Amino acid sequence: MKPFDYQRATDADSAISLVSGDPEARYIGGGTNLVDHMKLGIAEPGKLVDITRLPYDSVESLPDGRVRIGATVRNSDLAAEPVIRQRYPVLAQALLSGASGQLRNLATTGGNLLQRTRCSYFQDVTTPCNKREPGSGCSALEGWNRHHAVLGASERCVATHPSDMAVALAALDADVLVEGPDGQRTVPVTELHRLPGDEPERDTVLRHGELVTAVELPSLPFASRSRYRKVRDRASFAFALVSVAAAVELVEGTITDVRIALGGLAHKPWRATEAERVLRGAPATEETFRAAADAELAAARTLRDNEFKVPMTRNTLASVLRELTRQEGS
Amino acid sequence: MTGATRATSPGPERIEGHAKVTGTARYAFEHPVADPLYLHPLRATIARGRVTSVDTTAAERVDGVRLVLTHHNAEALVPIGDPELAVLQSDEIAFRGQLIGAVVAETQESAAHAADLVEIRYERMAHDSDFRDDADIVYTPDADASPMLSPDLEEGDVDAALADAAFTVDATYTTPTEHHNPLEPHAVIAAWDDDGLTLHDSNQGSHLVRDLIAPLFGVDKERVSVISPHVGGAFGSKGMPHGHVALTALAARHTAGRPVKYALSRTQMFELVGYRPPTRQRVRLGADREGRLVATEHDSLEQTSRFKQYAEQSASASREMYTSPNRRVTNRLAALDVPAPTWMRAPGEAGGMYALESAMDELAVSAGIDPVELRLRNEPEVAPVSGLPFSSRNLPACLREGAERFGWHERDPRPGVRREGDWLVGTGVAASSFPSLFFPGSLATIRHESGGKYRVEIGAVDIGTGSRTALTQLAAEALEVPVEAVELWLGSTEQPHASLAGGSAGTASWGSTVVEAVRAFRTEHGHDPVSGAETTAGAGKNPDAGEYAMHSYGAQFAEVRVNADTGEVRVPRMLGVFAAGRIVNPRTARSQFLGGMTMGISMALHEHSVVDERFGHVVNHDLAGYHIAGNADVGSVEVDWIDEHDPHVNPVGVKGIGEIGIVGTAAAIGNAAHHATGVRVRDLPLTPEKFLR
Repeated sequence: MKPFDYQRATDADSAISLVSGDPEARYIGGGTNLVDHMKLGIAEPGKLVDITRLPYDSVESLPDGRVRIGATVRNSDLAAEPVIRQRYPVLAQALLSGASGQLRNLATTGGNLLQRTRCSYFQDVTTPCNKREPGSGCSALEGWNRHHAVLGASERCVATHPSDMAVALAALDADVLVEGPDGQRTVPVTELHRLPGDEPERDTVLRHGELVTAVELPSLPFASRSRYRKVRDRASFAFALVSVAAAVELVEGTITDVRIALGGLAHKPWRATEAERVLRGAPATEETFRAAADAELAAARTLRDNEFKVPMTRNTLASVLRELTRQEGS
Repeated sequence: MTGATRATSPGPERIEGHAKVTGTARYAFEHPVADPLYLHPLRATIARGRVTSVDTTAAERVDGVRLVLTHHNAEALVPIGDPELAVLQSDEIAFRGQLIGAVVAETQESAAHAADLVEIRYERMAHDSDFRDDADIVYTPDADASPMLSPDLEEGDVDAALADAAFTVDATYTTPTEHHNPLEPHAVIAAWDDDGLTLHDSNQGSHLVRDLIAPLFGVDKERVSVISPHVGGAFGSKGMPHGHVALTALAARHTAGRPVKYALSRTQMFELVGYRPPTRQRVRLGADREGRLVATEHDSLEQTSRFKQYAEQSASASREMYTSPNRRVTNRLAALDVPAPTWMRAPGEAGGMYALESAMDELAVSAGIDPVELRLRNEPEVAPVSGLPFSSRNLPACLREGAERFGWHERDPRPGVRREGDWLVGTGVAASSFPSLFFPGSLATIRHESGGKYRVEIGAVDIGTGSRTALTQLAAEALEVPVEAVELWLGSTEQPHASLAGGSAGTASWGSTVVEAVRAFRTEHGHDPVSGAETTAGAGKNPDAGEYAMHSYGAQFAEVRVNADTGEVRVPRMLGVFAAGRIVNPRTARSQFLGGMTMGISMALHEHSVVDERFGHVVNHDLAGYHIAGNADVGSVEVDWIDEHDPHVNPVGVKGIGEIGIVGTAAAIGNAAHHATGVRVRDLPLTPEKFLR
């Protein structure tokens, strides 16, 4: 690990100027991803600016029905928040299915969103990786790629985004509030993360020095009946093989509105717009569920070790929809 | 001999339990030493070739760096025949991750940072790390390649018997590379002074470490002390000293007496301290109409390293398990440019019995015979092959008792017909077996301190199994004094020589030694010894050795649920019933069986070191990528044993319990998964995609 400087920020403006003025500076929240990467030698910041004391540690219900989650709210606290558990169970479930209790106690909302994509070769400085060293080649493409992407990947990178929370936020149409040297902006969470394309080294659309200050959830009443299902190799503390976040509005057996996002399949949380299109206005039947899954997965391109993700996603999506529509109907 | 009895008392609590849970038990790295330095290794990033240049300039400029050690400035070691210990003796690279140097600095951080700055250039040579059945790499190991290995066995006419058999199975099973991952990483503190070398080391045998490290440095054994009072798990990976011990001792030659500390990282533990080699095993079974085996064939292919041979005997599981008039058993090795494998909990039996006991289940299904009953019908009168009588063999009692307690008799044999919600439900059984070993050569000192208090010394290592407690009990029993009157000292070369903590032979070997030493003490000093009376003695040769076949046995039952949509596999319930001779301490014994079965669940469902043959390394080389069963993966695990008195195995009647718990677990789970789904998976681990439809 390379030696580095450390400073604790007392307000957003000074944090932003500390980082934006220094290309080697990075924000640090819970550190559960960045510190690992520093130990592995794949992140070598010259300066860390600690933002955990900034006033972004609360969850507020706004008058217009939206909910604002501060960027430094810890994952375990967010999962326990009554407004989240009641109005957005998909988010509480996603949070609780992530990592371990110890990690969730440290990890922040902003930091969880900004986790880098996960790939064994990216994490190993002794193997080629386009994300780590642009142009060096992708070791996963022809290597061990069981955990890798089947949607939206490129020849340059087939890594997947590891966050569970972000999949739920993508399904909920959350917005990310960002402050930077040039002022504030709002980025829909579905547009925060990038597909790898020709620049796999860029995981998000954020510019250097921009700071996530909050995430806002829309009112979305039917999200009170929502679900996160994570399929993984062991029952706890494992990354998703595939995951499904879904919320369904059902009126007399017909799906009138629906939100679906998929995890473990792509370089970003994958909003399943094709599946939603098939489901919206359709009867809640097994045939509809399967057709919706097939529509979304038509674009899937599998690798040596991850062919299973297509049928696993199809089955899991159908299972979640079955459960949600059964709940709605009962 | 048979009939289940439950021990009425759980036995004394683990003597060092309080120290461990309060954090005061000192493990190797924690031992306080004055003014230490820290070592960070340099490791090869190619799988085969040589180091052509090393530039240490930038590393040496880092604050606090005291030494950069490579093959250029390392002293010559005495060749003792173990390539793993011959570190930095040449520029050759035989596997990826090989130790090729070290940085020693005032802090761990500066050592690690400086190590990143060392520039190493290589000449690459083509390597082969792809485990496969290919004549280019496969060979028959010499019979003396391992003490557990037997030559090929050929009895009767297997092919003819199979051709005439009413029911046959012909199946190939694979098990992957697995890594031990004990909780405590391998760690050592090395310090040289005028008296010689002192090592605080995490190992399974401090005397063995001394006996190898002393000649490596050309010093008398008396000048090397190895101190290992507490070891946080090992599973075989600390059985032999690995390169890191030699490297640290080598570095400490350059530090003017300052101790050098080195604890391996998890990732380094995937390269430097051994692993269970992958296997490919073909099993052919033939049975008559009643399910009696007429032919048994078991051919195993396992990986070894070109750098250092390790020969395992997985197929040998089929030599003595069941009666069969025709039998063929072969073990082959495939040598590759990979790190050296080593013993891992039940080496040979864990993988071999997975294959045999899965094949037995397939035979039961094809013959339409209950799998418990099938095993009972193939119970031998005397040991197959050798013809020796069994010292004791209570597998039938384990099967019957287990079946009764598990509720086996209500089982519907049809696969894939039970569903609860989204989950398909099934049950499975498998037998366990492990040889009862005894390692000779240990000595114990018995000393009467005063007032009926005794001090017992034996240089054994308690790797977390409860040896300290069991040996104290056996000493107290032999001395006919309360447990509190015995103070047991172990874990160091300061104490009399003791054999390795391995082969499930610790309590058998050291316990017999302690008991025989007490007898010698009584003979010499009587029952009213003076203060300071002392005797050192060991156990003699067992007159029954070679006269009896000696094994422990067990029966494992599993309930498995497989998600119909996702293929996820869960094990809500397991029961293991064992027959393992005398159980000295039910409390710590239960923990051993339970731990073995838990590791077996882990082997069945999760453990898999994925090798990328292009690079020759394990890709998932950390605990996020290499899964070990967590609490949520382990449901109800019940353990019990048959009360068994075996007068032949050794003077204390102990058969050994450290390994048998992992033997058979994976087969029981795989068999239950088949019963749940109708899908027969023959490749471990049982990950979800293998059950997806």
